[in-house]
Amino acid sequence: MKSLGSIRKSFAPWSDPDAKPYIVFRNVTKRFGDFTAVDDLSLTIFEREFFALLGASGCGKSTLLRMLAGFEEPTAGEILLDGQDLRGVPPYRRPVNMMFQSYALFPHMTVEKNIAFGLRQDGMPKPQIAERVAEMLKLVKLEKFARRKPHQLSGGQRQRVALARSVAKRPKVLLLDEPLGALDKKLREETQFELMDLQQDLGLTFVVVTHDQEEAMTMADRIAVMDHGKIKQVATPPEVYEAPSSRFVADFIGNVNLFEGPVSEVDPSGATIRGADGFAIHAANAGTARKDETAWFAIRPEKIRITSQQPEGAGPNSIDGEVWDIAYLGDMTIIHVRLDSGKVIRASMINSARGSDNPLTWGDRAWISFAPDAGVVLTN
Amino acid sequence: MQKLLSAIASRLVIIVPYAWLLIFFLIPFLIVFKISLSTSAISMPPYTPAFEGIGTWLESARKFTVDNYVWITEDALYAKAYLSSVIIAAVSTVLTLLLGFPLAYGMARAPQSIRPTLLMLVILPFWTSFLIRVYAWIGILKPEGLLNQFLLWTGVISEPLQILNTHTAIFIGIVYSYLPFMVLPIYSTLEKMDYSLIEAAQDLGCPPITAFWKITLPLAIPGILAGCLLVFIPAVGEFVIPDLLGGSRTLMIGKTLWSEFFNNRDWPLASAVAIILLLLLVVPIVLFQNAQARAQEAGK
Repeated sequence: MKSLGSIRKSFAPWSDPDAKPYIVFRNVTKRFGDFTAVDDLSLTIFEREFFALLGASGCGKSTLLRMLAGFEEPTAGEILLDGQDLRGVPPYRRPVNMMFQSYALFPHMTVEKNIAFGLRQDGMPKPQIAERVAEMLKLVKLEKFARRKPHQLSGGQRQRVALARSVAKRPKVLLLDEPLGALDKKLREETQFELMDLQQDLGLTFVVVTHDQEEAMTMADRIAVMDHGKIKQVATPPEVYEAPSSRFVADFIGNVNLFEGPVSEVDPSGATIRGADGFAIHAANAGTARKDETAWFAIRPEKIRITSQQPEGAGPNSIDGEVWDIAYLGDMTIIHVRLDSGKVIRASMINSARGSDNPLTWGDRAWISFAPDAGVVLTN
Repeated sequence: MQKLLSAIASRLVIIVPYAWLLIFFLIPFLIVFKISLSTSAISMPPYTPAFEGIGTWLESARKFTVDNYVWITEDALYAKAYLSSVIIAAVSTVLTLLLGFPLAYGMARAPQSIRPTLLMLVILPFWTSFLIRVYAWIGILKPEGLLNQFLLWTGVISEPLQILNTHTAIFIGIVYSYLPFMVLPIYSTLEKMDYSLIEAAQDLGCPPITAFWKITLPLAIPGILAGCLLVFIPAVGEFVIPDLLGGSRTLMIGKTLWSEFFNNRDWPLASAVAIILLLLLVVPIVLFQNAQARAQEAGK
């Protein structure tokens, strides 16, 4: 069996200009009264992609999904699936299936009947239905529960029935609305990997809506970060994390330290931001920064070094402050350093050795420093 | 001590409804049952043996007779009245369901903000006396009544329809009076229903009408059953509606019961009729309780 990684490694249709997009949102707007849920949004999703729509609640991600399923019609713009315009196509004629956040299992039907529901609706012959249902039950490891009613199942089992029911028809696209939202943490982590395996095995296109960045990072090939009905960035998880396109994305995904200041110099070696909390920052990649304009340098906590002495050859990218707070989490330690400007910097250190005798303690003076390519320059 | 007190308190709470049932249901039932075993007499009370204290209890018990029950089975009038009541109640129940379900469905699908108002409108008729409302129907249905005047005015009919004093008038009366009892339980099951179930059915390939038959209707069955029994059970024993709207020719057990009591002053026979009516209704009542238990189970 080929590992998931080796399949995924080579999968990047979005960077191939000749690849044909599978799902296209073109200038889609959706208004409810005077509330704009989705605002002139364009997006392409490719076949067999695991695509995540990530955003806080009310950002329009669920509306986007419901428009794809056919429960809402866009106010303006068009949605194409495999070249077909979906306008006016009712949900029951769309080759997509949805796994609902509430699971929406039919309470008066057994697990078996729930899974068979869509197949019977299509008029599939009975023996084939039985075969497919058995296959689905095996897939989600619920063979023993075929004759139970939904209320006799645990939350995790219900989630799997909902999943089996939504993939039973072999839809072209599976839509998942907060698929793991109702599960506890441990089960959620397990299920994330199960979902990824399932997507690879069945060769389906998955579009998942989630507000949990960790979930999106783990599962998705690409993530669209949404805010107020607009897409802020579409990129692979490492890109979203390491090269966020805006302060919003940088702040939304993981933790970030932002240093604000005017750009004093832009040259081939990068950009220099001066006067940011009392020290100069030299970034290797200038991004969209222009001279004399305000820019922000965004750096992740784990990319900041903390030393008790001033680092050797210190030029820009280092400053000292007071150790304000230390949180020992086992696998890592988070240290808050308060600069003299009053700004608190968050840095984290992996505890790669046991019994770390961290020389730093509350109230000590400490130096923070980072490499020029450890963060990104943002202008919006 | 605290525990003991709370145990006693919880017992007391249970005792209240049981005491209520004992005093207002079981004891009257036993009294009626006892009268049904007596013989009619011109006296006060109009039957013998009368209850004259514990001492003579055994002696009077010997005088009990089942003649009244034998009489009821021998005279076809009673069987006809029972049957006619059941048929009229059944037809009315079906009509009430046909009218009440769409009403309840519409209410449950109405915007959240106007649902309380719609609910209020359903309950509103209860603010007026039942008797007055049934009398009002006489004014509407009689040959020179509002309905006929309206139909004559529009030219749909050329001479007044005879609606009053027919079965049609009884159906109208029962459907009108019992509609809220049908609408409310159906509304409450439909309102609780998760709308995403319908979306899920559509998502899996069901057009809206199929989704209604396969999802909405099966899930509304506890409400439908409760509504039907809440209409059927009182409709079988209904007296006021057939008496006022159905005219003298209508045969219903409630009317028969009334005339045995008040016209013939045959209390023992009337009591026997009542006891049989009760036994006939035990079947639907048990069905009703089962339906409720199942609805509660499904609600979990």
